Amino acid sequence: MAAPRKPAEAGDLTPELLGTPQWTDQMVAAAGIPMYDVPFLTVGGGIGSFVTLDYLRIYGVPTGQMKVVSNIDHPWQTYEFLTRCSQIPRPERIRSDSSSRPDNIWGFPSYGLEEAWKEKNPIYLWQLLTEPILNDYWTPRAGTVFANLEREAKRIRYWDMLVKGQVRMVRKRAGGGYFTVVTPPEGAAPTKRIVFRSRFVHLAIGYPGLKFLPDLQEFRTKYSDYQHVVNAYEPHEQVYEFLKTRPGTVVIRGGGIVASRVLQRLFDDREKYGLKTQIIHIFRTFITGSHGPHIWARRKGGDGWAYQGFNYPKSVWGGQLKAQMRKLEGAERAAKYKEMGGTNTPKRRRWQEQMRAGRAGGYYHAVQGTVDRVEPTPDGRLVSYVRSSDGIIREPVADYIIDCTGLEADIAEHRVFADLLQYGGAYRNPVGRLEVERHFEVKGTASGDGALYASGSATLGGYFPGVDTFLGLQIAAQEIADDLAGRGFVRKMGPLRSTSQWFKWVFNSPV
Amino acid sequence: MVPTLIGRIQTRLFLLATVGVVMTLLIMPIVPGTDAPLGDLYVTGLLVLAAVGILGIGWELIYHLLMQFRWEKDWPTSFGLLTLVPEGLLLYFLLRSGAIGFIDPIPSSTFWTHFTVVWVSMWLVANGPMRVPFIRWRFRGGRVL
Repeated sequence: MAAPRKPAEAGDLTPELLGTPQWTDQMVAAAGIPMYDVPFLTVGGGIGSFVTLDYLRIYGVPTGQMKVVSNIDHPWQTYEFLTRCSQIPRPERIRSDSSSRPDNIWGFPSYGLEEAWKEKNPIYLWQLLTEPILNDYWTPRAGTVFANLEREAKRIRYWDMLVKGQVRMVRKRAGGGYFTVVTPPEGAAPTKRIVFRSRFVHLAIGYPGLKFLPDLQEFRTKYSDYQHVVNAYEPHEQVYEFLKTRPGTVVIRGGGIVASRVLQRLFDDREKYGLKTQIIHIFRTFITGSHGPHIWARRKGGDGWAYQGFNYPKSVWGGQLKAQMRKLEGAERAAKYKEMGGTNTPKRRRWQEQMRAGRAGGYYHAVQGTVDRVEPTPDGRLVSYVRSSDGIIREPVADYIIDCTGLEADIAEHRVFADLLQYGGAYRNPVGRLEVERHFEVKGTASGDGALYASGSATLGGYFPGVDTFLGLQIAAQEIADDLAGRGFVRKMGPLRSTSQWFKWVFNSPV
Repeated sequence: MVPTLIGRIQTRLFLLATVGVVMTLLIMPIVPGTDAPLGDLYVTGLLVLAAVGILGIGWELIYHLLMQFRWEKDWPTSFGLLTLVPEGLLLYFLLRSGAIGFIDPIPSSTFWTHFTVVWVSMWLVANGPMRVPFIRWRFRGGRVL
């Protein structure tokens, strides 16, 4: 027998609202949900929301015109959690260009100039001058990024705009604009939901979630073991602690930046504490040298890795690739993404030395292979059944397996996107994520004189490729701010205002 | 800034017309190796800038071609500085040989002082300060228009 249908309590979503793609003001009022007006609302509260608000504040929008809804307290919180788990604490350097500064829309002075000045270290300037030819790319410390974000957040009065809560959905409003349904924290509001009514909404909710390699997910579920098979993006300090107590073997899966970082940690600990850790590194795609279809599209590689300074070839943020991709549609665009895609990592001199020493010392073994399954051994260790393309089957036994593949879940795993795809008119781009315009308006979601924008990882596959990066988020923010200027929400910023605002940034005075 | 072909050319011409002109006006009164009247030096200096601009379009085509061999399609900071050498040498020999008839002969120390100061100033501006007034410039491959 079906359970009796409980009437929705006042202030909650009703079946009528849930089933209707476009809501009227009366429908929301009838449900007893309190409604607040704000012209521009950004959802997420991470770095994507932050840089968009930063742009708009600098263009001249007052704090009273904008809100950010988020379940985190400060914009770098999630980023810092993920970088710390993946072995980049504040003093370590992230993989990002010196002039990609989410706290400074001009990218000048770059992080490199700032660190050189503060630490009185001219070596950084030499590295900036000679990168990437004679030196590795200069990259900023995670701590430099976070400290500067905090400074800028205070300057633009970020916290005056922050509303804590979980966004449940965004629906079109009859007459133009959108309703954003928010579940405030327990006890923060008299009703279960509140609604923001806005002309413009911006979604920057980040990665929909982590996805495990299927064989590792199966192992974790089947044996309820979440300690020995871990994802590099979740806390896994127990692995390094265990290895300090006795010699052990670790299997690493993946060939990207996170694998490099985890390897560095294992090598560093080996050196620092005199450990005997054995490392088996499984690459699904094992790169042996330069690769690519022709001489004008060939990336360097070797020892399993594909080498690239940053997440994307540098020209996606403003050069040739950006210009080309902007013109491509459908299958052609997907093909271009494929050509420049693939997991990669920077070829840093220190990492190369560590791996060389590991190969020579017989404690670092890189192999090509796909893993059929992982099983526990009678003594509580883990055996991987690895099949190489040359037919060899290996069965390495390890104490821990670290998944460094960084697979991302489908966008529909996130409720807000799922709802948008089902009711909001949004659809997928050629690589399966959210299709957006060149100015980052989500296609198919226009509502009267309002507009719905999205930036970040969910929009990968669009006319601009580098979306899930610091500079990419700023490029999106600039496109959005300029589009909003075209719609009369703010004045477009020209050279004079830009220069005077830059001086305000320099002197840390309010916008 | 990672340039496109049209962006390269526009940035070069824009910087020559702004930074180049300003630096020429500032440096000409104190360049070594000449006692020509300041007015003549200014004319010569500005004509040199024009020659750097016109020859530069050819140079940029070559740089653009070379850039295609780079996976990232980027142009490292140091390249922007080091190209001073081939460009300066070509222009110097063209002037010496009289191939550019509308520019009067220049003593080598005068030429190289002016050329280097202008080049390094333009390179410095392109690597940072240019982004202060022009926030869209770096995302458009160096296009000014």
